[in-house]
Amino acid sequence: MPKRDLISIEDLSRADIELLLDTAESFLPVLERDIKKVPTLRGRTIINLFWEASTRTSSSFDLAAKRLSADTLALKASGSAVEKGETLKDTAITLSAYSPDIIVMRHPSAGACQTLSANTEASVINAGDGKHQHPTQCLLDLFSMRQNLGRDLDGLKVFIIGDILHSRVARSDIMGFRMLGMDVTLVAPPTLMPRGIEEMGVKVEYDLANLKQADVIYLLRIQRERIKAGAAYLPSLREYSQIWGISQARLRPGQRVMHPGPINRGVEIASDIADDDENLIAHQVFSGLAVRMAILYRTIVGYSDGAASGEVL
Amino acid sequence: MKRTWCKHLPAAELLIKGGRVVDPESGVDAVQDVLVKKGKVAEVGKSLKAGKNTRVVDAAGMLVLPGFVDLHAHFRTPGREDEEDIATASAAAAAGGYVAAFGMANTDPVVDTATILTGLSQRASVDALVPVGFFAAVTKGLAGEELTEMGELGAAGAVGFSDDGQSLKTAAITRRALQYVKVSGRFVAIHAQDDSLFKGGQMHEGPASARLGLTGIPSLCESLDVSRALDIAAYEDADLHVCHVSSAASLEAIARAKEAGVRVTAEVTPHHLVMNDEVVATLDPNVKMNPPLRSEGDRRALVEALRSGLVDCVATDHAPHVSEEKDVPYEEAPFGVVGLETAFSVLHAGLVEPGELDLATLVTRLSAAPARIAGLEAPAIAVGAPADLCVIDPAAVWTVAPHTLQSRSWNSPWLGNELTGKVRLTVAAGRVAWDDRA
Repeated sequence: MPKRDLISIEDLSRADIELLLDTAESFLPVLERDIKKVPTLRGRTIINLFWEASTRTSSSFDLAAKRLSADTLALKASGSAVEKGETLKDTAITLSAYSPDIIVMRHPSAGACQTLSANTEASVINAGDGKHQHPTQCLLDLFSMRQNLGRDLDGLKVFIIGDILHSRVARSDIMGFRMLGMDVTLVAPPTLMPRGIEEMGVKVEYDLANLKQADVIYLLRIQRERIKAGAAYLPSLREYSQIWGISQARLRPGQRVMHPGPINRGVEIASDIADDDENLIAHQVFSGLAVRMAILYRTIVGYSDGAASGEVL
Repeated sequence: MKRTWCKHLPAAELLIKGGRVVDPESGVDAVQDVLVKKGKVAEVGKSLKAGKNTRVVDAAGMLVLPGFVDLHAHFRTPGREDEEDIATASAAAAAGGYVAAFGMANTDPVVDTATILTGLSQRASVDALVPVGFFAAVTKGLAGEELTEMGELGAAGAVGFSDDGQSLKTAAITRRALQYVKVSGRFVAIHAQDDSLFKGGQMHEGPASARLGLTGIPSLCESLDVSRALDIAAYEDADLHVCHVSSAASLEAIARAKEAGVRVTAEVTPHHLVMNDEVVATLDPNVKMNPPLRSEGDRRALVEALRSGLVDCVATDHAPHVSEEKDVPYEEAPFGVVGLETAFSVLHAGLVEPGELDLATLVTRLSAAPARIAGLEAPAIAVGAPADLCVIDPAAVWTVAPHTLQSRSWNSPWLGNELTGKVRLTVAAGRVAWDDRA
């Protein structure tokens, strides 16, 4: 079986996505047991390479691999040979000497996964590369939607609001949401909306006038760097919050709020929403574990239905 | 005035038999024999006979063309001889059918004094397989502040002046350069770029950059600077050359200026003529260059401009990088690709074969047009002219692979690809500079 990478959400067909979500669902009972571990990937080796800070993604990949009984190895840029000037190509060659089955990587540069994949036999899973892609985030978002809003996501109206320009999550989500038939609207300040993005099959808006139409409101983090001198994307966070920030007052009943985290209270999301049980933010974190178990499992055993996950539990 | 230098080689004695001679300068497109004696074209006609010491080249099914001239290459010498030097760059030029090539001044040290330029021309007199020449910098150290000694540099043989690799920082220094360049009788070649719009850019700004999440370089970044330089050239009545035009917006500005009588010339690279920004989706560092590959609409406009002559010539912007520099993630890779050895193949297969451009026009844009901008005599396959020609097998298939190019570097967008069309023989300044008769 040739190795299978997951670098962009476009590496998956709609059927692949549905299979991954079904597989994740089949892992849910495991996560409710007292002993939350299955022997499925015993003897397999999974390396986590995080060249950029991460809490949710790195911890859930690590835990997902352990729940499946794989051996894991975690490396960070600080304290590794990267600090001594080792190139990614050489890191890939070095780690490949351990014959890992999967290398999960987060990296600040788009194209890093291609460089890694070209230099290792292991399957590469992209845990975020620059502003390019974050496919596993998209899959866990889809899983949370499916668990909370019903299995059929076709026609669901999603508003993605925030810094679209700098967001790898937005790019993966747009592709994944569109693949499953959702109706996607982007809302951002004009300075943070990429030119030409409407060719991805989305509506582009610059204010919240049509927010009522949304079934799901997906918020993106606004980083402080965007208001720095020289960047000048935004005049102030205060003005961002006034025009694009989401609080209970702007929602109608039944609308569900999502956010990939970490959140900025008082900027893109008001505390009254962050603290409300109706939002899906905590569920997204929960989904991360089951979905990443499914991704690791499918990457190793294959995407065909032959090996139904239920049989191996 | 001498503007190119090459090493001494024996004069060619050749009979090139039965090739299709296409020379728009002489108005020839016919199957002919070409006899070269003592490095000069001695006869062009049917059933020519070879003398005793004359090598006969069977050119049946091949193209015999006037040799090409590259106005824009990076020889990386002095300073980065690990990437390229005059010997390897001129060998790459020869292998691409070029009979002259010019190196840009953004070396280390910068070519900003006559002493450095003379050092290079002396080196070329020993090392260069085909005649090569050099641009000198517009500003000392390419810093955009003080002018170089253009009078002395022109006398030392600089073909023109350029801070290529960087923009001319301000309108004021652009104006001073276009005023003062007149003492040299040469021209200023600009790398048009508004640095404030370029900042952090990774690829053309458009739907592809939006989808890939790479910071965009808007076409505005180029066209604004082109327009500014054209206005200044018009105001100062000076000679301006626009390097590597990439966008339709810049073409519109150049068209307006030419119509108004501004003395401006422009070049376009092979890669901008045959590829668009969609290929960046591969995140292959070898499709990363500056200016970036633009939209399909821009590409079509460039092809049309080359056809009409709005863009005067093809130039490669041959920019070697060692593999260690390019074997990194796209976003970390330096800009630039090699191009001397692939130019004709990709343009012939990419534009002439599909009928987007006729062969004679391509030949003019590769040969006579850039020669005239450089102040050289246009290569011609005409009796009495120096033999500056190449023989090309248009059907030969070859693969671009590491270590197989004459260039010391292989950062080609076509690395690993099969190309159709191979230069078999190049005669430059009457000397055989490349001989690859399979």
